[in-house]
Amino acid sequence: MSTLAHIFEAEGIATVALGSIKNQIESTAPPRGLWCDFPLGRPLGVPGDPEFQHRVLATAFEMLQSPEPIFAEYDVIIPDDESEVLACPMPPRHDPDAHPAVDEANGLRPAYERAIAKYGNRVGAGRAVQVDDIATAIEAFVRVAEGTSWKEAGIPGIPSRVSQDIRGYYETAALALSDHAPSAWAGTRWFLDHTEAGKVVMAARQAMADAGENNPIWFYMAPGDR
Amino acid sequence: MADSDIKAMTANLDAVEFDETAFTEPVPLSEAKVAIVTSASLHHPDDEDFSPMDTGYRVLQSETRDYVMGHWSPNFDATGFALDINTVFPIDRLDELAAQGVIGSVADEHLAYAGNQFELSAIRMDSGPAGAKFLKEQGVDIVLLTPV
Repeated sequence: MSTLAHIFEAEGIATVALGSIKNQIESTAPPRGLWCDFPLGRPLGVPGDPEFQHRVLATAFEMLQSPEPIFAEYDVIIPDDESEVLACPMPPRHDPDAHPAVDEANGLRPAYERAIAKYGNRVGAGRAVQVDDIATAIEAFVRVAEGTSWKEAGIPGIPSRVSQDIRGYYETAALALSDHAPSAWAGTRWFLDHTEAGKVVMAARQAMADAGENNPIWFYMAPGDR
Repeated sequence: MADSDIKAMTANLDAVEFDETAFTEPVPLSEAKVAIVTSASLHHPDDEDFSPMDTGYRVLQSETRDYVMGHWSPNFDATGFALDINTVFPIDRLDELAAQGVIGSVADEHLAYAGNQFELSAIRMDSGPAGAKFLKEQGVDIVLLTPV
């Protein structure tokens, strides 16, 4: 991001760069850089809070008055409490013959559709796997977790992208199931640690790692600290 | 899993360092046309998705706000954007600032690049300058850069 600031300035456009990672924005040193210690993915801070977002923008645009390159730290920090997990009521088992993760995913479909109707499909399924095929994608990862080579398991796309669609499906559904706007990462923690599909994805990822598959094939199926 | 752990993973990544800092004197904010450039890999649903190491950019229309997240990295929270596009792409906030006269106007077109790139030469030499030229042709004076 900060690299683009240098390029755009050289082409005659003034820039203000927001940054979420201090060492990155300090090292690349854009002409006007504002480090906001907010969770990754939320550079304006708080979803649904125009007043908060306007204050960030006002601070950023004030930097345009500086006659020389400037770096500043925003005076509000949004910490990740590292513990909040979405508390979502899960659908009861419907099809005892289906894998629990598949049954769960199918049961979440009404919540997913409600969230899409309310917010639009911004991060849900559809990059590699259409929503109707989410269960099929989970079944493929079940086979990988059980020992089938990922190349032979029928994964409908690059594993990391397929995993991203499953995570997006669940996190979007969670928006309709939760009674409040979740803090950053709360939906991800819920998906990875408290859902059957999350457990399947992580088990498949581990199986691929144990099988000696190339790191990029499995590593990006989940956040890098996992 | 914690945000701080993800951020710490970047500590040893090589950052691009510039010998000189280009610096453009801005026009007064109240007269400026402002655009957003994000590294969040946003695109319109009917536009081409970003590939894993995509160094190009997509044009985002102000008028049609159906932006979707095309980023390949799993290392950020996406629910903030799902709830409110302004968490990443503050287009509604810019509209409000324009209505208040704080900024001159909002550009009709904005840009999205793919962040999380390790090889930046194509962006430095090609798509970065091309994106700047595109915005210059739209009369953009100031760019707000947002990451994810």
